[in-house]
Amino acid sequence: MSQATLRVQKISGHAGSVPGESTQREYTVCKLIDTTTCIGCKACEVACTEWNDLPFGETIFNNTYQTMPETRWNYWNLILFNEHEREDGTLMWLMRKNQCMHCSDPGCLDACPADGAIVQYTNGIVDFQQDKCIGCGYCITGCPFNIPKFNHETKRVYKCTLCADRVSEGLEPACIKACPTGCLHFGSKDDMRELANRRANQLRDHSNFPDAGVYDPPGVGGTGVIYVLHDAKHPEIYGGLPSNPHVPWTVKLWKGPLKWLGNLAMVGGLVGLFVHYLRYGPKAREEEDLVPKKGEQP
Amino acid sequence: MSPQEQILPHGRILRYTFRERLVHWIAGFSYVYLLLTGLAFWSPWLFWLALWLGGGQVSRMLHPWVGLLFFIAVAQMYGMWASQMGFTDTDRAWFGSVRHYIRNEDDKMPPAGRYNAGQKLLFWGFFICGTLLLLSGIVLWFPEYIPWSLRWLRYISVIVHASSALLTIGLFLIHVYMGVFAERGAFGSVIRGDVSLDFARRYHPGWYNEIASSSSPRK
Repeated sequence: MSQATLRVQKISGHAGSVPGESTQREYTVCKLIDTTTCIGCKACEVACTEWNDLPFGETIFNNTYQTMPETRWNYWNLILFNEHEREDGTLMWLMRKNQCMHCSDPGCLDACPADGAIVQYTNGIVDFQQDKCIGCGYCITGCPFNIPKFNHETKRVYKCTLCADRVSEGLEPACIKACPTGCLHFGSKDDMRELANRRANQLRDHSNFPDAGVYDPPGVGGTGVIYVLHDAKHPEIYGGLPSNPHVPWTVKLWKGPLKWLGNLAMVGGLVGLFVHYLRYGPKAREEEDLVPKKGEQP
Repeated sequence: MSPQEQILPHGRILRYTFRERLVHWIAGFSYVYLLLTGLAFWSPWLFWLALWLGGGQVSRMLHPWVGLLFFIAVAQMYGMWASQMGFTDTDRAWFGSVRHYIRNEDDKMPPAGRYNAGQKLLFWGFFICGTLLLLSGIVLWFPEYIPWSLRWLRYISVIVHASSALLTIGLFLIHVYMGVFAERGAFGSVIRGDVSLDFARRYHPGWYNEIASSSSPRK
């Protein structure tokens, strides 16, 4: 969204080199979400909408706290409320702040055909540049987390920027600033991993959550948003957090082997036809030469 | 054989009626637009094609509509030609001796009818791939309406759309090469509609004999 003063290490749909690749000793930033201390107050949602100046949309009411089923083009940060029944029959309320995960290997960026419409800054933030977006929606297909959302008026796709504009100025993202319980943290990826592991250990050792752990899925190269979960073995119970997210294999195939095979076949086909013409030429030089005229027969 | 397929004065045969030629060129021009914008979305190295054709947004907006037009033309072709495109024993023999065809040794080829086996393959290739492109293209046109639970539709569509498009590119290259460069007289036949008797005798002897036997040449 923003044209933040950050250097770029990956560019979607881009031919040639990338200007910012390994030009800066920038550390990877990370947002840590401790679902075990989230109280579902939605302060992060309001802060996100406020800071990014997003127009508000209609909500729904179905006797739950879930006033929106999923994120929207103008609602990038949404807490998912899940009532979970444990094995001993007791209920547990799981609340997970959902937003773009800022994958190290972003499927949206892989799938995007528009030069520069999706970039990954050297600090790891994945950002959409709507002025370059062509509205094809391939990012929607590439994302394993159901995050990019299409705006029918502008025909562009939007999502959380991890407040790249704030981060580039040395500020924390708006959601972090608003959180009243301290369940949101922001810092370098290494620091956040350490903090998350420490919290997970605490949950395992002292709070009777033997399956507590950190969610930083390796299938997408790790993420710029990591979770502490009470039950890291079943992330699906947190509103469908995928247990082993990957960029869809058809997208990988399409942008990988099929692309090279296709390019080779197209260039090979053109060269082959040209060489055929040099070797054999047309089937007959002129239309009249198709068969020998009667008088010319020997 | 349609009733128009008569031997015309000056030793020519009407090969393609006005409707056949019109449908062919609607398909042809729309295919070229789809090819150029499609290649722009296919590779970053060719994205300039989309800019040249009015910008990425315009190309993305028009590609599906032109795709619909292309499919309408393909469906018309199916209506006009499908009945003539069944593979016969001669066609199977034709494929067996395709190496002679490649070496321009047309006299060694089994006698082709109105369409030779290669042309029939082109027709069915374009019809099948065109249908797959339409179905996957509709999903890619409106990806935001595909619910998360049906996301596999999107996953299948990206690969089906690209693969069938690549197959049509192969068919298209050979088709253009044959029609423009290799077979003199073929390009004129789809512009003016007629071919010479020699053309018919050499490339489509089965078709020629059929017409010659039912039509008295007027020279």
